[in-house]
Amino acid sequence: MNEIKPGSVLDLRGVACPNNFVRAKLKLEEMRSGDILEIIIDDGEPIKNVPRSIKEEGHKIIKAEKINSYFSLLVEKA
Amino acid sequence: MSEYNLSELKSGGLMKQKKKDLFSLRLRIVGGFINASQLIKLSEIANKYGKGHVHLTTRQGVEIPNINFKDVEKVKKELGKDGLQMGACGQRVRTVTACQGRECSHGLIDCLLLARDIDKEYFGIGGHPHKFKIGITGCPNGCIKPQENDFGIMGRLRKKFIKEKCTYCGLCASVCPVNAIEVNKNSNDVVFYEDKCIGCGDCVYSCPANAWQKTQEGYSVFVGGKMGKFPKLGIKVFDFIETKERVLEIIKKSLIFYKESGIKGERFRDTLDRIGIDKYKKAVI
Repeated sequence: MNEIKPGSVLDLRGVACPNNFVRAKLKLEEMRSGDILEIIIDDGEPIKNVPRSIKEEGHKIIKAEKINSYFSLLVEKA
Repeated sequence: MSEYNLSELKSGGLMKQKKKDLFSLRLRIVGGFINASQLIKLSEIANKYGKGHVHLTTRQGVEIPNINFKDVEKVKKELGKDGLQMGACGQRVRTVTACQGRECSHGLIDCLLLARDIDKEYFGIGGHPHKFKIGITGCPNGCIKPQENDFGIMGRLRKKFIKEKCTYCGLCASVCPVNAIEVNKNSNDVVFYEDKCIGCGDCVYSCPANAWQKTQEGYSVFVGGKMGKFPKLGIKVFDFIETKERVLEIIKKSLIFYKESGIKGERFRDTLDRIGIDKYKKAVI
């Protein structure tokens, strides 16, 4: 998994559940299958909910990285 | 009021109200599931025979109040056309409650299916010292409050870790509610404390790399929960029952135990406290 460049970035830090997921979902809907979106979300409730919801919608999380108190997720649109 | 036997009426889900000749009809709603055409029927009946409203109960049921005694048989017949039956009151196995199970993103088991199986087998059975309530919740979030039931069931899962798939991102450790997982990014190391794990599956459903995978689903069993005037939370007696058939068997044996060992008027918890939880476990295993 060397350096995958996201097509777009969505910074959802400070956005509460379920709005963070809804915004990610809307963003993904604009994209084409195979496109990569980087999502930045807070640790805590958001990290408990957003990744599993993304997986449930059929998208693939190709990379997750914890940076201080937030996570960067690279999501490949289904 | 003298021409009918109150306790007999109660067994069939009829509850006398304060006002003369008025009854509230309790329905047999299993696992909180009611379809749209049944809702329309309820609305029609409440308008035609009641006072235009229904009451939603704490056990996911519906009661139609203000039905005159002379209309009861007619109402029952009309409800029956849409598959609606009367519920249970008194010293009986009550309507089984259930959460949405797998329809919810956290649910680990099919709660409605299990609720229907239990209902089919045991609903309304009497002859026990007191009432017997069964509740099924799909995961350790416990939304149905299984610990408040005489017999509570909770969906659980077991899982395995596939090292080759893991990217050591640490997401599982962040989502785990009981800190049962430690991830060390620098040394590519994952430590799993199995004794801490509550089997909620949060790691399995969140892992970006599918390194945590479900191996088995099962059921925790709680007994002796009750509310009322002297509330007590249920005691977890079985941590992981592997099959639905075993759960049904434990219910069957629990009811026999309660019937044989309980004193009239005593809730299941009081029987358990008096006889001892170990003796109960021996009787049902």
